[in-house]
Amino acid sequence: MISVEHLYKSFDGRQVLCDIEVKFLSGHTNLIIGQSGSGKTVLMNCMVGLIMPDSGRIVYDGRDLVAMTKKERTLIRREIGMLFQGSALFDSMTVLSNVMFPLDMFSSMNYKDRMRRAQSCLERVNLIEAQNKYPNELSGGMQKRAAIARAIAMGPKYLFCDEPNSGLDPKTSLVIDKMIFDITHEANITTIVNTHDMNSVIGIGENILFINNGKKGWQGTNKEVLASNNKTLNDFVFASDFSKQLRQDIIASIHDSKT
Amino acid sequence: MILKQLHIFGDYLLLMGRAFHRPERIRMFFKKYYSEILALGLNSVGIVMLISLFIGAVICIQIKLNIQNVWMPSWVSGYTTREIMLLEFSSAIMCLILAGKVGSNIASELGTMRITQQIDALEIMGINSASYLILPKIAALVTFIPILVIFSVAAGITGAYCTAYFANIITPTDLTLGLQHNFTPWYFWMGVIKSLFFAFIIASVSSYHGYTVKGGSIEVGKASTSAVVACSVLILFSDVFLTQLLSDAQ
Repeated sequence: MISVEHLYKSFDGRQVLCDIEVKFLSGHTNLIIGQSGSGKTVLMNCMVGLIMPDSGRIVYDGRDLVAMTKKERTLIRREIGMLFQGSALFDSMTVLSNVMFPLDMFSSMNYKDRMRRAQSCLERVNLIEAQNKYPNELSGGMQKRAAIARAIAMGPKYLFCDEPNSGLDPKTSLVIDKMIFDITHEANITTIVNTHDMNSVIGIGENILFINNGKKGWQGTNKEVLASNNKTLNDFVFASDFSKQLRQDIIASIHDSKT
Repeated sequence: MILKQLHIFGDYLLLMGRAFHRPERIRMFFKKYYSEILALGLNSVGIVMLISLFIGAVICIQIKLNIQNVWMPSWVSGYTTREIMLLEFSSAIMCLILAGKVGSNIASELGTMRITQQIDALEIMGINSASYLILPKIAALVTFIPILVIFSVAAGITGAYCTAYFANIITPTDLTLGLQHNFTPWYFWMGVIKSLFFAFIIASVSSYHGYTVKGGSIEVGKASTSAVVACSVLILFSDVFLTQLLSDAQ
């Protein structure tokens, strides 16, 4: 579990995160949602230690990231897997080399075992046939899958996904969402997904944090989103007239079935 | 302005402090070092040889046609060609050319890695990205540029012989006499020692410019240009001091 306690962060006097307090649960897909510029990415970057917060605590199973020494922070990062918005695959390496890279750096396995482990990760994301291709030869969805394989290669305890569905078609987005959801449950990982995608919110949002103007706006599950009376949340999640109507229809049908 | 330059210099020193860290895996360091030798060093052999061959030939022709006269000994052209190649061209001027080729390559590679979050990915994995990416480049250039200098001297002298054998500008005997006249081995070592410093400048300054890119592709282009400019200026400045220092040390 990761708990964020009273987190503040500002840039050039502009408050980006203000008193964020949230718990991200193990074995759950935890979603951070909010409008562009609301502070989602800053929160995630603070949580992985790419940015240091002004104040507050980020506690990884009892270990405060903010108070750690540089060496301790380096060690805890080896328990973290991250899927970047643009995949961030090393373009000079093949897909297999990308997935093997963290193993090459940190594991004590021999070459054969490292290769086997990397191939099993690629099989897990259905990408074994592309193992000898370079990232620029892959489609956006395949790149995301390769990045997931790299992120899980070391068997992380914490998985961060920054907008995993950006630039993908709805069908591929569902595949990626399902993959993240299944991997989280299989390995009991604390997964945190930063997303705009409302299909993800409804599909895999077991614990959703809504950030509004750098503050915690709402927290709940995907089922609770539908019934929420939080106007800002509803305006964000059900932004279009069609989705507003759809929500009302769903609520009405639930109401009818109860009566 | 001065404060900004001091700030940049401080940032550069901090980055070098991070880069000169013990690599996480020595095996991975040598793998990267080997690939950098191929990408930055071996890939530059052709251009270095080509330029040096022509410059050696041109120096020999210019000296023979424009400087040498009846009052000068016949070996002057060969002697001057050798001294220019050894003392300045193969070390300083060749490194200026390499600053353009290799420096821009390093800055744009690291800059692209920065804006596509590949460097962030390394950091998230718990890898010292500065050490992993920059140290092998510095090591590769510092070990390979002296070899390029030797190739350059050899190619320059070959170029001079081409003018003797194919263009009949000078007789091969006069050229050989000039090349052997009053040879001071220290001059050769001066070129090699200077190239070590220049190699460090090219690798480290270009890496700094690429590694610290913020923004998008336009900034990568700007970083690449500023890396070449900064390397060139620093090579020229340090050449003055190193030449003075090493000449005194003779």
